[in-house]
Amino acid sequence: METKAFQKIYTKITQITKATCSLNATGVGNEELAMVNGKLAQVVKIIGDTVTLQVFGGTEGIPTNAEVTFLGKAPTLKVSDQLAGRFFNAYGDPIDGGPAVEGHEIEIGGPSVNPVRRKQPSELIATGIAGIDLNNTLVSGQKIPFFADPDQPYNQVMAMVALRAKADKIILGGMGLTNDDYLFYKNVFDNAGALDRIISFVNTTDNPPVERLLVPDMALTAAEYFAVQKNESVLVLLTDMTLYADALSIVSNRMDQIPSKDSMPGSLYSDLAKIYEKAVQFPAGGSITIIAVTTLSGGDITHAIPDNTGYITEGQLFLRRDTDIGKVIVDPFRSLSRLKQLVISKKTREDHAGVMSAAIRLFADAANAKTKQENGFDLTEYDERTLKFARDYSNRLLAIDVNVEIDEMIDTGWELFSKHFNKEEVGIKQTLVDKYWKNN
Amino acid sequence: MSTKGRVHGIIANLVIVQADGPVSQNEICFITSGATRLMAEVIKINGQNAYVQVFESTRGVKIGNEVEFAGHMLEVTLGPGILSKNYDGLQNDLDKMDGVFLKRGDYTHPLDPGKKWHFKPLAHVGDTVEAASWLGEVQENAMPHKIMVPFTFKGSYSIKSLAGEGDYTIDDTIAVLLDSNQQEHKVSMTQKWPVKVPITAYREKPRPFKLLETGVRTLDTLNPIVEGGTGFIPGPFGAGKTVLQHAISKQAEADIVIVAACGERANEVVEIFTEFPELEDKRTGRKLMERTTIIANTSNMPVAAREASVYTAMTLAEYYRSMGLRVLLMADSTSRWAQALREMSNRLEELPGPDAFPMDLPAIISNFYARAGYTYLKNGKTGSITFIGTVSPAGGNLKEPVTESTKKAARCFYALSQQRADSKRYPAVDPIDSYSKYLEYPEFAEYINERISDTWIDNVNEVKTMLQRGKETYDQINILGDDGVPIEYHVVYWKSEVIDSVICQQDGFDKIDQNCPMERQENILQNTLSIIRSNYQFETFIDVSAYFKKVINFMKQINYTEFQSEGYYKFENELKALLKEQNIDLG
Ligand SMILES: Nc1ncnc2c1ncn2[C@@H]1O[C@H](COP(=O)(O)OP(=O)(O)OP(=O)(O)O)[C@@H](O)[C@H]1O
Ligand SMILES: [Mg+2]
Repeated sequence: METKAFQKIYTKITQITKATCSLNATGVGNEELAMVNGKLAQVVKIIGDTVTLQVFGGTEGIPTNAEVTFLGKAPTLKVSDQLAGRFFNAYGDPIDGGPAVEGHEIEIGGPSVNPVRRKQPSELIATGIAGIDLNNTLVSGQKIPFFADPDQPYNQVMAMVALRAKADKIILGGMGLTNDDYLFYKNVFDNAGALDRIISFVNTTDNPPVERLLVPDMALTAAEYFAVQKNESVLVLLTDMTLYADALSIVSNRMDQIPSKDSMPGSLYSDLAKIYEKAVQFPAGGSITIIAVTTLSGGDITHAIPDNTGYITEGQLFLRRDTDIGKVIVDPFRSLSRLKQLVISKKTREDHAGVMSAAIRLFADAANAKTKQENGFDLTEYDERTLKFARDYSNRLLAIDVNVEIDEMIDTGWELFSKHFNKEEVGIKQTLVDKYWKNN
Repeated sequence: MSTKGRVHGIIANLVIVQADGPVSQNEICFITSGATRLMAEVIKINGQNAYVQVFESTRGVKIGNEVEFAGHMLEVTLGPGILSKNYDGLQNDLDKMDGVFLKRGDYTHPLDPGKKWHFKPLAHVGDTVEAASWLGEVQENAMPHKIMVPFTFKGSYSIKSLAGEGDYTIDDTIAVLLDSNQQEHKVSMTQKWPVKVPITAYREKPRPFKLLETGVRTLDTLNPIVEGGTGFIPGPFGAGKTVLQHAISKQAEADIVIVAACGERANEVVEIFTEFPELEDKRTGRKLMERTTIIANTSNMPVAAREASVYTAMTLAEYYRSMGLRVLLMADSTSRWAQALREMSNRLEELPGPDAFPMDLPAIISNFYARAGYTYLKNGKTGSITFIGTVSPAGGNLKEPVTESTKKAARCFYALSQQRADSKRYPAVDPIDSYSKYLEYPEFAEYINERISDTWIDNVNEVKTMLQRGKETYDQINILGDDGVPIEYHVVYWKSEVIDSVICQQDGFDKIDQNCPMERQENILQNTLSIIRSNYQFETFIDVSAYFKKVINFMKQINYTEFQSEGYYKFENELKALLKEQNIDLG
């Protein structure tokens, strides 16, 4: 970042912690940026003439006589069409060797949309994955995370979803991405010939963790530019939000704030909501959809990070390895898209809702049969059939390697019903059964 | 001269102001930052330092910025024109704001100053009046809106002059009152009131006793709420708190509905904006939105205003209660309000209570719930505020400060269970853990005896006991296996399943089933009782489930069909025939 001329240079730091430093200065605005020994920092607290700065790059090696200058502005991003196809770091500086972007400079983390100016989301986002499209349909303007254990292929699934989603722009916000995963995304987008639709803001594990705090706001500021100015449909991918929250706790702990549950700051809910609530359907046609990743530790969703996330987002998608078929599936029980009712059987075929619920109910019967079996009780003939159905259902519909159109998913559902059950057992509305039942 | 001051410290949205004169706790002030004026509230005073919480982002605020104290607390503006408005937490009219994005320091008028209202006097010149006395009335979206003596007026007054029937704006003088010193006081159709102070201009607040019909069976039949009652809905994320609250707001027998979206999703508010203007109110034939006010302070809007939003909503409710109306107030979610308090308390470096919430959280919550209630007004009429809040416990664990504090304050407890939500047993209200204290009120029993029957409460308790027994039996069957228990165990379990399926469960998305009037609920309870009180003969446990599944299916079909229609009787006859097989007569 360049500095302005005629700036006052301070050289006396009075206090340094792992993430912050303090000094005496005047005329400084709250949340203003500063350079501390060449590192970017931001004002987080001012008492009288004592200013506390959060140093994004960490405070390692900063001496008490370091040069400090204030930049007179909050973090900004230059927005224009030149952003398309480019890769940036957390500060919005290019890391792809290309030139700096020219454009209108705006502060990141800008204001919220007036709720009365929002439109109700109603455009279906097709991904080809039946565990999503059939059971947990996504809608533009929605915000939804994958809840996944760290060993699950969430980055692969997310890249796949992004490419199939037919969005005008895909903005990747990478936080604590390993370099391998970063290169994976780059390659996938490149191979798909989609690079011109992609914009990336990436903080890798090589970079200081506090820098991550800038990534979501950078990504969403770019998203707002394309969604508001260009009326485009923008898909924002945020991975991994757990690492973002970890960075929040580092900073708040350094500032002596009293932590609440799981050593997270008491403001975690508001901090995460500010990000996720940027998902919106604008009346003029543009939209911002957020798909995020929240990694779990040991599948625990009561931990403060997934818990607060669940209270904010519009559902969640669970990935799970189905040991019966040896594939990763989208778990139909724990996953939920809360906006699906806005499109199911409205934008899709009339029998969509019925087929979806019936299949999940039968899959639940199979789960009960399995428990019975494991506890050593006898299975009825119906139990046996549900187990066979469950294998087919997992393989042909729930597995993440499925890629078909929604009508075909619904047809496959009917096919499996008639293969394993009679009409009464499926319990779908009679008029639909009469019309769609597959007579083998 | 009003007190002025300068910014001395900034910690997120907590600002320390050095004041040059007297300042009072909860006084409003404005910080000038560049071209914007940011509204803030004093929350602590120490010497000449006033600690203020700013209702906006403090980005760019500098040490030395000018501050002006307003001389009053956070107030709402009361008068005709509140209904069908969409406000933020500080009562700014969101529809009056320009642009797609909210702008800092953009404060809009809550009412419509230029609009003329058709006023009809109710009082007479020479009448003795006091605060909240009805002077006249205007029609606000077809609701009678009383024009009252301002709540701030102390003592009694006599009416010197009163406007005749005609059209007036909210600022026109409609009456001149004389106090005991013969001083004149002008009264218009609008007044202001500080939100943190309860409006107590009523004669008496008795224990509430009148059933408030919501059309939701698990409430009305099993754990009823009453007009002027309080209740809360705790539950993990996704368990159905918001869907249940929306259902109650759409269906409950209330004159006025006030919804405070407090720190929740903007899209859920958009859902209300989209649906309520379309929903027809069966009793009045008008749209639901016409008697609804929404306070939208969603999770991405300023945190401090979140706390204000519930008080703003309550004060508006108290205003309409003073007009003799039945107000239903909903807040989703009160946990977000408590979290806002926690964030502030944290920044003030107060000694934290459990889970870092402020020590006085229980008192704050119970004081708030205490503002609801059924009242006899001074003119003998009645008015009520029924309040239902949701609670979002961390990790879904009900042993946390907000749930526990609320449990002490609210009289109805509607616990949503994750397990019921997972198995799509909606509404996921746990019929065993939940309770309504009103069932124990003799006043309520008396009302129900007259309104329904003197066996109603006993019947309800019988059904609840059966649910409990069913649950215990189910656990036994799971341990011992289907074969390992007597057939009677299966019968008990399936009887409880009948209750669960036809009373507790209700399809919120089905046009007929979603709203079940009391008359129907009586009918359902009677049928259910006939079924659970009977004895059955079965050969094997498989026969038990097969039989009761059929019973449940018919009863559900009945629930889905228009009451006492042709289809209704068709299913009822099929049910009767099925019960005949077991020699059971349906009442
Ligand atoms: N009565 C119901 N009938 C059918 N589906 C329901 C019902 N209640 C809830 N659901 C389903 O559960 C989803 C979540 O419900 P809701 O938004 O009310 O949860 P919540 O408890 O308010 O969650 P949060 O705390 O995250 O706000 C809904 O989108 C809907 O899919
Ligand atoms: Mg909710």
